[in-house]
Amino acid sequence: MPSATPTRRFSIYLLLFAGAVLFAFPLVWMVSTSLKSPEQSAAFPPTMLPRSHYVQVDGREAEVTLDRELTGRPGWWQVTIKDGTGTRLELPRAEVDTRVEPRWENYPEALARMGGGRVGFGTFLGNTLIVCVLGVFGAVLSNAIIAYGFARLKWRGRDAFFAVTLATMMVPMPVLMVPLYGVFRELGWIGTLLPLWVPAWFGSAFNIFLMRQFFRTIPEEMSEAARIDGAGEWTIFWRLILPLSTPVLAVAALFHFLFAWNDFLGPLLYLTRQETFTLAIALQNYQSQAGGVEWPLLMAASAVVVAPVIVIFFFAQKTFIQGVATTGSKG
Amino acid sequence: MNSADWKRLGSGLSFTGLWIIGFSVFTLYPVVASLYYSFCDYSVLQRPLWTGLENYRTLVADDVFWLSLRNTLYFAGAAVPLGTVVSLSLALLLNQDVKGRALFRTLFFLPSIVPLVASAMLWLWIFNGSGGLLNWVLGPVFALWGGTPPAWLGDPAWAKPALVLMSAWGAGHSMIIYLAGLQNVPRELYESAELDGAGSWAKFWHITLPVISPVIYFNVVMGIIGAMQVFTTAFVMTGGTDGNPARSTLFYALYLFSNAFYDLRMGYASAMAWILFMLIATLTWIATRVAARSVHYQD
Repeated sequence: MPSATPTRRFSIYLLLFAGAVLFAFPLVWMVSTSLKSPEQSAAFPPTMLPRSHYVQVDGREAEVTLDRELTGRPGWWQVTIKDGTGTRLELPRAEVDTRVEPRWENYPEALARMGGGRVGFGTFLGNTLIVCVLGVFGAVLSNAIIAYGFARLKWRGRDAFFAVTLATMMVPMPVLMVPLYGVFRELGWIGTLLPLWVPAWFGSAFNIFLMRQFFRTIPEEMSEAARIDGAGEWTIFWRLILPLSTPVLAVAALFHFLFAWNDFLGPLLYLTRQETFTLAIALQNYQSQAGGVEWPLLMAASAVVVAPVIVIFFFAQKTFIQGVATTGSKG
Repeated sequence: MNSADWKRLGSGLSFTGLWIIGFSVFTLYPVVASLYYSFCDYSVLQRPLWTGLENYRTLVADDVFWLSLRNTLYFAGAAVPLGTVVSLSLALLLNQDVKGRALFRTLFFLPSIVPLVASAMLWLWIFNGSGGLLNWVLGPVFALWGGTPPAWLGDPAWAKPALVLMSAWGAGHSMIIYLAGLQNVPRELYESAELDGAGSWAKFWHITLPVISPVIYFNVVMGIIGAMQVFTTAFVMTGGTDGNPARSTLFYALYLFSNAFYDLRMGYASAMAWILFMLIATLTWIATRVAARSVHYQD
């Protein structure tokens, strides 16, 4: 792009900053809300920083909620002591000590409430990790093996089968949903985590396509040289192609992790008991039971579900961006 | 086929064997079975009973089916163009010579990988009619005209627009794809256009847009496929498969899901699934026809 005029540059930055605020602020708001007291989150107009209020009672400090300014006595407020007794006081605003104080205790409380006191947060996390880790291993390994068969070997019917494979990407999930449920029911897998990770071990059209494109860029002469040295196809795959393909394996692993971590429809279909819930469905279950009143706790639970995704993004930013970029350029 | 051919075939099948199983069990069988069920009375608890076109006939007379279809087309018709404009604009901005590009790119991209359930919670809170962040910001704007901001998810007229707005928050994914496309536009094209005295708008219209048209086609098709199946956000934000308020967010996939798994009308749901499949295929075909006239593939 040519060097721009100052006004043009200014408007570009202005738009970028406006966009950045619009895109980033909701996440900031999630964290901000998650650290507030219920009263503060419900207060209008909303405030950004989490605050707590304290008064001195009998020489001791007690936390209070700031209820309302008294009518007819400007500067005086009614407060309620937060000790469960509901004791109300009326005193000048200046005697209330207000400090910025994030309520970190919202987090353990939200995690405890997510399971309704019956199932621990650790169970949900464990279930999610089982689905993610076993799924990632399966997806990377199976698709690499399958893609090798499509990319590096010549056999009768290969191209026709590959065309059919690509066509399966067109089939929408609702078409597969009902019979798949029947299949898993026959296998006795409903109510277990199996339907959520076992299929990953049997390939998926998208990953086969992604890896095949990459494998084809590796010069054929390298395979030929290995064949002359007496190496079989499995040796070539394992010793030569896989080590050269780490970038595409990383993309597939990352995408599958993200898919499995975020998946909602799968767990909704196949999981029946809370003990088997993944985080996504546990979060939704918590929300539908809490009825959307405890916003700070809901935001804390949501932030916990979001955090690992963001951490992984920062560690694997390049792989992410390149992976997304390549999926589009093949279109 | 000679023995070498057989050997090659064996080796090819041994590598693709997992997929032959996966394809047969998790795609081919479900597709065939689903088509069969769509002509049956089927509840998963009993064997399917052939009823011919009965499901399809009932669907045509089902008002809720048509409502869910209208809601979905409304959503796709608004979310896909909005998403395209937002993601392409962001990509164009980032493609300028700006400082901190990586940081901006990260900020725009991040929301698109936030788990849908979590972003649904967050936007429920932001759209909250009384104490929500959005209406706090919009309140003064609406007050200028003496009005009040809408109740969003509480108002049948505004619930779909709310979900459309929220969907634009995930535009970062296609933004990255556009950005990759923009970086492939040959510089010489811009330079020779400048020699001919072309302004920025002319360059965008006559160079950038034609060169990235295959990427636009790809993103729009993906957008249509995704939007026609919208499920999770609506399920979480508007009361499961009820499509609150007043069925204004009862989308196709929600109605299909409740038929299949709550009412166990799985044959009926399968017929719905096949109509959706045909609809998506038709829309993709239309997009491809439009693309055939306006998309330029360089070689």
